[in-house]
Amino acid sequence: MQLCDLPAYQLVEMIKRRQVSAVEVLESTLQRIQAVDGLPGSLAAEGGALETDKVHAFITLTAERARRQAEQVDEAIRAGEDPGPLAGVPFTVKDIFCVRDTPSTAGSRILANFVAPYTATPVARMEAAGGVMLGKVNLDEFTYGSSSESSAFQPSPRNPWDTSRVPGGSSGGCTAAVAAGEGPLSLGTDTAGSIRQPAAFCGVVGMKPTYGRVSRYGLIAFGSSLDCPGPVAHQVRDAALMLQAIAGRDPRDATAANIPVEDYLARLEEEVRGLRIGLSPDYFRITYPDPQGEGFRQEPLPAAISDAVMRAAGRLAELGADIVEDVPMPHTRFGIPAYFVISRVEAASNLHRYDGVKYGYRTPDYVDDLNEMYRRTRAQGFGPQPKLRILMGMYVSAAQYSQQYYTLALRVRTLIRGDFEAAFDPAGRYRLHALLTPTTPTTAFPIGDVYGDSVLMQYADQLTVPANHAGIPGISLPAGFDEAGLPIGVQLLGPDFSEALLLRLGRAFEMVTAEDAWRQRQPPVLNGVRG
Amino acid sequence: MSDDITPELFTHLARLAALELEAQEGEYLRHQLNNQLKAIHELEAIPLDEAVSATSHGVTFPPEIAPPIRDDVLAPYPHPEEIIAQAPESEDGYIVVPDIPHTEL
Repeated sequence: MQLCDLPAYQLVEMIKRRQVSAVEVLESTLQRIQAVDGLPGSLAAEGGALETDKVHAFITLTAERARRQAEQVDEAIRAGEDPGPLAGVPFTVKDIFCVRDTPSTAGSRILANFVAPYTATPVARMEAAGGVMLGKVNLDEFTYGSSSESSAFQPSPRNPWDTSRVPGGSSGGCTAAVAAGEGPLSLGTDTAGSIRQPAAFCGVVGMKPTYGRVSRYGLIAFGSSLDCPGPVAHQVRDAALMLQAIAGRDPRDATAANIPVEDYLARLEEEVRGLRIGLSPDYFRITYPDPQGEGFRQEPLPAAISDAVMRAAGRLAELGADIVEDVPMPHTRFGIPAYFVISRVEAASNLHRYDGVKYGYRTPDYVDDLNEMYRRTRAQGFGPQPKLRILMGMYVSAAQYSQQYYTLALRVRTLIRGDFEAAFDPAGRYRLHALLTPTTPTTAFPIGDVYGDSVLMQYADQLTVPANHAGIPGISLPAGFDEAGLPIGVQLLGPDFSEALLLRLGRAFEMVTAEDAWRQRQPPVLNGVRG
Repeated sequence: MSDDITPELFTHLARLAALELEAQEGEYLRHQLNNQLKAIHELEAIPLDEAVSATSHGVTFPPEIAPPIRDDVLAPYPHPEEIIAQAPESEDGYIVVPDIPHTEL
C-alpha cells in the first residue's frame, strides 16, 4: 500500500496532522502515474498500440502546477492555517471542464489548441478546498460515447482490470485513473450515465447528483438539460467529501439550485433500518437493437449482474432495510429513444459555437468565403460522434413540423419522471427511499467490439439514462465481479436532492461487505507496482 | 424498410449542420442516423394521453429554488488580449475572417 492508494479522507487527516506532507502525497501519485499510465492521449499518437498494458488516462498532466498547489497546502499547515476539507488531495479532472491556463480540449481536434481563460466552478471549489489538481483526463469526444474510444486523443483509456477492455465512458479517464491509484478523486460529468457506467466498469464509486446540485459553469456543454458534474472515488466517504466541496448555488449558473447543501458526512454512517429499497423488474430486462437490423428485442440481464443486485438487496435487508419488490418502472425502455432526440437537439445547438472564428481549430485550406471556412473547419475539426449528433439534431428539429419528434420525446420524458415520482411518493403505494438497480447491462466490453455501432453503444446507457431524464440523483457502487474477473456495479436512485441518503445507503453497503473476498481484489494493472 | 434519411435529405442536413463531408464518411453517417431513427420510432408506440405535457427539465424549478437574477453589473475580463490571442487569426485587437458572403433578401 502506497500513499497514492489511500482514500482521500485519510490523506486529509494525515496531512493536517503533519504525518505526511501534501508534496509527499503528490510525489507518490506522480510516481504511480509514471508507472502505470503510459503515453498521454494526443492527436498524433499511434504508438499507443504498443502500450496495451497501460491505462492511458491522461491527456494533460500538470505536474508543476500541482507541485505549487501542494507546497501551498504544506505552507498553510506550517503557518497554522486550515487549507480546507480536501487539503492536499490529488485529483484529476475530465477534460470537458475549463481550467484556467490549461489546455481544455473536450477530447476533440476542434479544441485541441484551446487554453481556457477561466476555471469551472466545481474545479475552483475543489482547489479552494485544498485539492491538488493533477491534470486533465481523457474522455469520449465532447463526452459523446460510453467507452472513451471516440476521443481524438489516442490512445484512449484502458480498463485497469483488463487493459484489453474499455473503461466505459464518457468519464473513462476519470474512473480508470481512480481505479489505478492515479489520484483518489476525479471530477466527471454524467449526461446519460457517463459517471455511473464507467464507475461500474472500473470498480469504483461514481455519483450523478441531482440536476442543478452542482454548477455547470465552465463545463463545455453537451445536453444542457441533462449534464451533471459529479464525483468519482474509491470509497463512498470520499465521494461524500468531494460532493460537499463542489455542491451548491452559483450565481454563474442560473440552473444551480438555490437550496442549502446538506452535510453529507454527518449522518453517513447512520443505520439504514426501516428504509424502503425498491427492486423493479423493468431494470432486470435489457433492450437491444436486433442484429438483423429490424426492431428491438428484450432479453434478461446477464445472470452475474442480476445476482449481484439481488445479493446487494440481501445485504441491505440484513441491515434492516425493507426490500420492496415488483415496483413498476414501465417507461425505462424508452429512455434511450427519448434521449436520441433530446440530447441531439441540445448537442447540435451547443456545437454551433465551434466555427473556427473565436478560438480552437480553423482549417488551413484556402477558402473563398466565411461559409466555406465554417464547413471545412467543422468537417476537419469534429470526429464522427459530434457530427452524428449535429446531423440528428438538425433532422429532428427540421422534422418537428411533420413528425413532432422533439415534443414527443419531451412528453415521454414526463412519463419517465412520472415512474420515479410514483415510486418515491411518500403517500403512494411504494413509498421508496431508493430504487436499487444494476448500473449497466453488461460488464466492460473489449476495445473495438462496440465502437462504430452508434446505436449499440448508446444502449450501454439504458439503465442509467432514466435518472438523467428525471433529473434525480444516482450512485453506482462496486458490488462484485463476473466470471471473467470484471467489476459489476449496482445503482441506487433516489428522489430529488436525496444525495445524503444515497451516500448513507452506499456507505452501509460498503461496510457490510467490507470483509467480502471480492473487496480484497486489486486491478491487475497494479501487479508488481503497488509493492 | 426504406431509409428515412435519403441521400438528398442528408445533403440538406449536412448543409444546415455546416459540415463539408467526403462521400464515404457521409454514407457511414447517413447509415448510422437511419439506424438511430429506428430506435426513435419506438417512441411512436407509446400510448400518450392528451394530458401528458412536455418536460424540458426533469427537476421542477419553482421560483423558490431558482437562483435570483444577478444584478446587471458590468464585469470586464481583466485580460481581453488573452481572449483575442485564442482566435485563429487576429489583427490590432480584431478577429479576422474570410470574406463574408452577402445574400440579397
